[in-house]
Amino acid sequence: MRVELAPIAPELLLVGAGIAVLLGGVLARRADPLAHLAVSLAGVAGAAAASVMLWSREGATALAGAVAVDRFGVVARLVLLGVAALALLLAHHTLARDGELRPEVPALILFATAGMTLLAVSADLVTTFVALEVLSLSLYVLTGSSRRLVSLEGAMKYFLLGAFSTAFFLYGVAMAYGATGTTSLGGIAHALAGRTETPALALVAMALLAVGFGFKVSAAPFHMWTPDAYQGAPTAVTAFMSAGTKVAAFAALLRVLDVALQPLGWDWGPVVAGLAAVSVVVGSVLAIAQTDVKRMLAYSSVAHAGFVLIGATAPGAPGIDAALFYLLAYALMIVGAFGVVSLVSQGERGTSLEDHAGLYRRSPVLAGLFALFLLSLAGIPPTAGFIAKVSVFRAAVEAGHWWLALVGVLASVVAAFAYIRLMVLMYMREPVGHREPDPSPVPRLVLAIPAAGTLLLGVLPGLVTDVLGKAAVLRW
Amino acid sequence: MSVPIGWFLAVSAALFATGTVGVLVRRNALVMFMSVELQLNGVNLALVAFSRLHGDLTGQVLTFFSLVVAAAEVVVGLAIIVAVFRRARTANVDELSELRW
Repeated sequence: MRVELAPIAPELLLVGAGIAVLLGGVLARRADPLAHLAVSLAGVAGAAAASVMLWSREGATALAGAVAVDRFGVVARLVLLGVAALALLLAHHTLARDGELRPEVPALILFATAGMTLLAVSADLVTTFVALEVLSLSLYVLTGSSRRLVSLEGAMKYFLLGAFSTAFFLYGVAMAYGATGTTSLGGIAHALAGRTETPALALVAMALLAVGFGFKVSAAPFHMWTPDAYQGAPTAVTAFMSAGTKVAAFAALLRVLDVALQPLGWDWGPVVAGLAAVSVVVGSVLAIAQTDVKRMLAYSSVAHAGFVLIGATAPGAPGIDAALFYLLAYALMIVGAFGVVSLVSQGERGTSLEDHAGLYRRSPVLAGLFALFLLSLAGIPPTAGFIAKVSVFRAAVEAGHWWLALVGVLASVVAAFAYIRLMVLMYMREPVGHREPDPSPVPRLVLAIPAAGTLLLGVLPGLVTDVLGKAAVLRW
Repeated sequence: MSVPIGWFLAVSAALFATGTVGVLVRRNALVMFMSVELQLNGVNLALVAFSRLHGDLTGQVLTFFSLVVAAAEVVVGLAIIVAVFRRARTANVDELSELRW
């Protein structure tokens, strides 16, 4: 039997680069961390090239049905690899500055990325489960990688709730297997489509999978770990996991909803709509109550999970298209926002709202970048966040969920208050204390990439609609 | 004479529910983590039972995946809990309150 490895070549390259960095850390202890960064970035670039090569191979599953080879997977992988590259650069700089850079950090980021990209292409619930765990286990360790107590506490809370959610997810897989006799997404859909009445086991499976995915995408009411993990983790790691986990978990969720559970559309529609409505409201309202920027962005990520779910309530291509665009825009703006925070703060200090007061006086460039990302998070034109919100709302309205779009618009207005309050602090208040932001120019150049992306997608969304339109087809 | 599938599922659900309640009511990180393992064992029992019901091996294979992943989780989880205990001298999640909103 011939096993074709091209469909998982990106994951193999990422894991290979990760192992090389780990071995390098052990064998060449005095090696320059720049060498680790170079190997890691080479791995990510190789993985991106390997993904692009799969673009023309529309339409198959590989490795005995374990992974899908489709354009949706290619786009999701490229977004994730972009996030990983930015995170590697940011982590290299900020962790070296704080004296916390070890070779394990880039290696774990690569392993987590491999888990994320595999999650985005998994066509079988077994693969989904393994990929989910590869990414989660790497992220638990990364969260606690700084050895400060807040970081360890965040890691422990993240770990306990993450393991708890994994159990629900796996029980859901078991129920789906019990109801249909298979774990492949296409097989489950096939087995469910042939029945006149829905088996109770399938509904139990749907509910348990929704809980498991709800935790991973941090949708309310399963978001309790999000603020603790995001605040505790080193900020560059937060940037990575906030964007990466969400993109990967949503890619897998869209596959499960639109392929495996497609015959149960009438049953999961209200569940997803309910989760979406609760998430946007809870995330937006609690974001206002925060005094720490990282916690505020964490609650905003709960709200953004809700917005993606609003898009996902529309079945089929329009919903997938809108959700993909939202995920792309979200990845750009949240990496950028946490990236700015990682330069303003140092270690666990300097992340409060007060510490950002008068940022414009101290560093106009950082203040400008942060303002752009905040405007995008708030969904104000001409940024990617605006186009993304419009597209998910349009998808929801066209699917008949106009009330959901209404809730989303109202929640955006509430959340905008939190973002604009921070901008007022940055531009109109005098600086408090003597903390100066990181003066290095290189990370600012790195942050210019997501900033350019945010603006470009906001002004010319047509650049990617063609690609996303071709990618918004899920068959397995 | 064979035991009907429902009985297996009842035991599996009881294990899973015990684990869930354990995570929710206990406050010691180690006990919470043990409760998660109980949940996973409930899942494994369900998988093996379904595997026999359907007469194919997918469920049993998945059980092995779940065992391996649970073992990896133990390694990472205990490392984190030990690291926290060394720093804070407690493994009680309520006493760890650096992170509050």
